[in-house]
Amino acid sequence: MTAPLAADASPPELRHPDPRGVELSLLVGAVLVVVLGYVDVGLARSGTVPPDAASYGAGLGLLALLTHLVVRFRAPHADPLLLPIAVLLNGLGLVLIYRLDLATPGSRAAPTQLVWSTLGVCLFLAVILVLREHRILQRYAYVSMAAGLFLMLVPILFPAVNGAKIWIRAGGFSFQPAEFAKILLALFFAAYLAANRNALAYTGRMIWRLQMPTGRVLGPIVAIWLMSVGVLVLERDLGTSLLFFGLFVVMLYVATGRTGWIAVGMLLASAGAAVVALLEPHVHSRVADWLNPYATIEAGRGPSQLAQSLFAFGAGGTLGSGLGLGHSTLIGFAAKSDFILATAGEELGLCGLTAIFLLYALLVARGYRAGICLTSPFGRLFAIGLASIVALQVFVIAGGVMGLIPLTGLAMPFLAQGGSSVIANWIIVALLIRISDSAHRPLPAVEPGVIARPEPSVKGTPT
Amino acid sequence: MTRYIRRAAAFCLVLLVALLVNAARIQVFGADALDSHPANRRLMIARYHQPRGAIVVDGESVTGSRDSGQQLRYERTYTYGPLYASVTGYASQTYGTTLIENAEDAVLSGTSPLLPAFPLWNGLTGDRQPGGQAVTTIKASMQRAAYDGLAGRKGAVAAIEPSTGKILALVSSPSYDPGVLSGTGRSVANAWRRLTSDTNQPMLNRAIRQTYPPGSAFKIVTAAAALDSGLITDVEAPTDTPDPYVLPNSVTTLPNEPSGCGGASLAYAVTVSCNTVMARVGLKVGLATMVDTARRFGFNDASLRIPSRVAKSNFDTEMSPDQLALSSIGQFDTTATPLQMAMVSAAVANGGELKYPYLVDHTTTAAGTTVSTTRPRTYQQAMYPATAQQLQQMMIDVVRNGTGTVAAIPGATVGGKTGTAQNGVGNVGSPYAWFISWAQADGADRPAVAVAVVVEDASAKRGDISGGGDAAPIARAVMEAALAP
Repeated sequence: MTAPLAADASPPELRHPDPRGVELSLLVGAVLVVVLGYVDVGLARSGTVPPDAASYGAGLGLLALLTHLVVRFRAPHADPLLLPIAVLLNGLGLVLIYRLDLATPGSRAAPTQLVWSTLGVCLFLAVILVLREHRILQRYAYVSMAAGLFLMLVPILFPAVNGAKIWIRAGGFSFQPAEFAKILLALFFAAYLAANRNALAYTGRMIWRLQMPTGRVLGPIVAIWLMSVGVLVLERDLGTSLLFFGLFVVMLYVATGRTGWIAVGMLLASAGAAVVALLEPHVHSRVADWLNPYATIEAGRGPSQLAQSLFAFGAGGTLGSGLGLGHSTLIGFAAKSDFILATAGEELGLCGLTAIFLLYALLVARGYRAGICLTSPFGRLFAIGLASIVALQVFVIAGGVMGLIPLTGLAMPFLAQGGSSVIANWIIVALLIRISDSAHRPLPAVEPGVIARPEPSVKGTPT
Repeated sequence: MTRYIRRAAAFCLVLLVALLVNAARIQVFGADALDSHPANRRLMIARYHQPRGAIVVDGESVTGSRDSGQQLRYERTYTYGPLYASVTGYASQTYGTTLIENAEDAVLSGTSPLLPAFPLWNGLTGDRQPGGQAVTTIKASMQRAAYDGLAGRKGAVAAIEPSTGKILALVSSPSYDPGVLSGTGRSVANAWRRLTSDTNQPMLNRAIRQTYPPGSAFKIVTAAAALDSGLITDVEAPTDTPDPYVLPNSVTTLPNEPSGCGGASLAYAVTVSCNTVMARVGLKVGLATMVDTARRFGFNDASLRIPSRVAKSNFDTEMSPDQLALSSIGQFDTTATPLQMAMVSAAVANGGELKYPYLVDHTTTAAGTTVSTTRPRTYQQAMYPATAQQLQQMMIDVVRNGTGTVAAIPGATVGGKTGTAQNGVGNVGSPYAWFISWAQADGADRPAVAVAVVVEDASAKRGDISGGGDAAPIARAVMEAALAP
């Protein structure tokens, strides 16, 4: 930022011939893939094309077209990949849930999920339309912090569902506030770190070779983080707890560049994990399950969910059994939510699973790219935070159901059944589109005849 | 800050790579172990996802499939249940498979690599083939005759075509309906408990899995050993056997049921079933020759498969002289399955050449293309052809004017041998009645069938006559069915 470039040497990555055209063609592809998946499930399960395939495809297409038009007119410079990826993942999730519905006639989840997805798209549109500039959000840092903590505290008052107090239930609706709290806390972290990053990075005492920041700057952020983690442990939502912790460490590192933070973070994490694993039988059993997924089989109690999940992935092999032809319902409880990836793994195989992972990776990479192209620290940190939420969430739940790390309940973004989750993810994508629109917006053209003077905030290679 | 963002991005890349490597670890390298894990239901689900192939008797399928709508979807049904239970076995979701259902499972369930027309393409797509068919060698009329003949009494019938080794009838009685074991759930578990706790052991396949002391029916083997070894060259020549006969090195006196056994010839001894003569002949032949002869008939062979495993018929290889003498008349530790005794009869009927018995003639795909065919093969040359000819004559005499006259069939040459075996400690149990026989239609160039029948708990009267009385009529009915055009 201290070495401005000449105005006529714009970096090549800014030259997008027509991002909206790219977006539109990708959207058509995404909708086609989803409709074909829907038809494939029908053919595999009952040998007939679902009668509502055409109307379903038309509805999905219209919805996608609507989002595209809103983005085209209200965020014309936004990254063209974000929206198609979201549509494809959400559509794929609906296909998978619909497919599981067919195997569990007692509980139909796809229609509800469709409603939630539509609601998510509406909120996406609302964010794009209402929020004209992401920097406005910086003003609401403390409000969002308070709202986020409030949202996380409320479920304590509600009864636990399956051992976790993460739900707010009212009038037949249930709502998982932590999904929204993560966005609010990412916003707060970004704003706070953007304002205080120099103080965090450059002041404070040296302890051994690590530079410790002053308590005055660090205090509030650690307090809030501790509170959020503490609440989560009380609510036994350990997946979200892990997610918050990772998010905190990544954003702190990006803001300050202090490797010391990583060390301190890891130390805190291991200490916290050890304490929780010792005190909390729920977590203890998860770790034991992870170390030996077949322990329950050996004990004669049948395969655990994790073992069933591994069986499903194994059954998929390289090419998968084909949509609708697997038996991932053997997982039982939570097959449509936490374990949805097992269905993808079994029926689409390693190839399909890799494609899904790469879609997430692309989504994250595009978020990072928007962050890196921005100049304002808040925008950068917010984009990195939002993208990291997706990355960490995918890793925690995918690693959990595949036996890479101990299993903690989290929703696979867009794929898993769950209204709060899908809405929150659409908001994340909307925010990323808004941020990327700012990041890729071309600078005002230099008027002819006027000598270009060095512009301090010119877009270029950031330092 | 950009540098840190790049590093954070690199961290995310590490997470992605970790997920992908882990996915490959599970889905590619660990897939086989996971797929074959005993707790993984997928194998079972796939296995029962399509109707099981048919088991065919005489061109008619004796099995069916019922769509249960359950997770393990298609359940096996049996058209004639108990009649063919000792042939088909059961195919249960809960208790696995037995007999042909077990031996030909790969074809019947569609997993056999021989079924697909294009194996390489099929290996790629992994599609399961429709279940193929197993065509048995059983002749329905004979099976029915044997089953009706036993009429629920404890016993078994095995019938073989001597020239090929085809098993024409295989009945164990009392029988059961294997269909009650198909499927899952409480009723299946109850049926299993009821069948396994039944003192009559209906699920025991007596024809191939139960061994009985063969009693006098074993004298055919002893006579074959005497003739083959050259101990006796003239079957009509008198022997120097005392009556009664005190076994060597013991105080046991061997009695005879019939009269005229003192110094009787081999032919006479077989015809009227003299214990004394045959015990002494066995003793004189010697342990090594007796063991060798018994082995050539199939005794002491634990690897016999039809294709289901057949229980080992036993003739001890180390015995004292008195034990050898008793063993030579089918007592002591000598035991045989009904199938084994049918093989003895078949060896005699086929000129000494014993054919390997088999139950599955060929298997086909669901469409009817032959997958594999069982070719008749020689088990062993059990005795010289000349010996077989002499034994045939002796067995004919048994039916003509010996202990087995009940088995005579007009219009056919029938050879037979009765047997009654003691049962239980101190012979307190009721005896086993045996009858082994073969039949050749007049004008035919070779015997059509060899049969062995055993009836447990034969009528109280001890003696060879019960072999002729209880078992021979069943054998005759089976042979008549075999000779019928």
